[in-house]
Amino acid sequence: MTATVYAARKKLNTLLVSYDIGGQVLWTSGIGNYMGYQFIEGPELMQKFEEQVKQFPLDIRTGVKVRSLSQRKEGLEARTDKSESYRAKAAIIATGKRPQQLNIPGEERLKGMGVTYCAICDGPLFTGENVAVIGGGNSALEAADDMVKMADHVYLVSLTPLTGDQILIDRVKAASNLTMFLEHEVLEIKGESRVEGTKIRDLKSRKERELDISGIFIEIGLIPNSEPFKKVVHLNSFGEIEVSCANETSVPGIFAAGDVTNVPEKQIVVAAGEGAKAALKAHRYLQRLNE
Amino acid sequence: MTRDVKIYTTPTCPFCKVAKKFLDDNGVKYQELDIVKDKAAREEMKGKCSSLAVPTICFDDEVLIGFNEGQLREKLGL
Repeated sequence: MTATVYAARKKLNTLLVSYDIGGQVLWTSGIGNYMGYQFIEGPELMQKFEEQVKQFPLDIRTGVKVRSLSQRKEGLEARTDKSESYRAKAAIIATGKRPQQLNIPGEERLKGMGVTYCAICDGPLFTGENVAVIGGGNSALEAADDMVKMADHVYLVSLTPLTGDQILIDRVKAASNLTMFLEHEVLEIKGESRVEGTKIRDLKSRKERELDISGIFIEIGLIPNSEPFKKVVHLNSFGEIEVSCANETSVPGIFAAGDVTNVPEKQIVVAAGEGAKAALKAHRYLQRLNE
Repeated sequence: MTRDVKIYTTPTCPFCKVAKKFLDDNGVKYQELDIVKDKAAREEMKGKCSSLAVPTICFDDEVLIGFNEGQLREKLGL
């Protein structure tokens, strides 16, 4: 959205194509480090961003996903999952990241029926029940910290030793209704029409055990939404779009910004700044094209 | 066309807020059911809608789990 505002202010003919308005910020319940706001909820901040975007005369197409971006004779073409085609002289990719999946049996089938990637959304649904939280970083620890207050029992399962902040680790370890399984992998999520259990395995002893749960919160990190662009721009080994300090990708005319790129710090204020830079660079690129 | 649209939510769910804003912006009247406060609504969501995730949006014979703007536009004819 920041890129869109900067492009519109340069009087560029701008189209914003997005699945949703807000992306990862929508999942963020409390933001205390975006300047100008002492504390603001993610959806509220994104609403303010959207209001600012809509002040400009530009086109917005939401509810669709870009499936490919191709170089054409006269510029670029983006195609969406609704078979729409959009052509432009320049493009800025700012598609962010999405939750990593375990990719194990039962996960896809039971999504929405006990498998969830959003503890702040679905946590209350499992009040008084047993749940598992998968992951060892801050997101998993925060989810576990929330769930011990609601669930009957929480199983925290992590492939590695815990990697989150010590303050969170200490808080979670102090919970009387939490059991940790570190250096364990999740093999399968069980259940017919809803989650009924999960099978895990100790990485060292190879011993398997089943956990009796009705909900499983998968918090194992994020992956970049770069697949539609992998044939056209260069990605690094993490699947992030490689950009220069001026947000140029490996293809002239295609720029990228935010968490989908190799920018080292994934923060809202950084993503917004990167969007601004990308739009300014795109503007200079288009000026040179017209010379 | 007036539809009986129900949206099941939890107070901490950001996508529930986004879904409600979408419905409001498009003039769709709906009944919000907070499944934390309303246990009967929670059981209704689990049983009738076969859902354990929010937001769950039900109308006619449709049950949409999560907020998918494209799908919602299509199903509501917006």
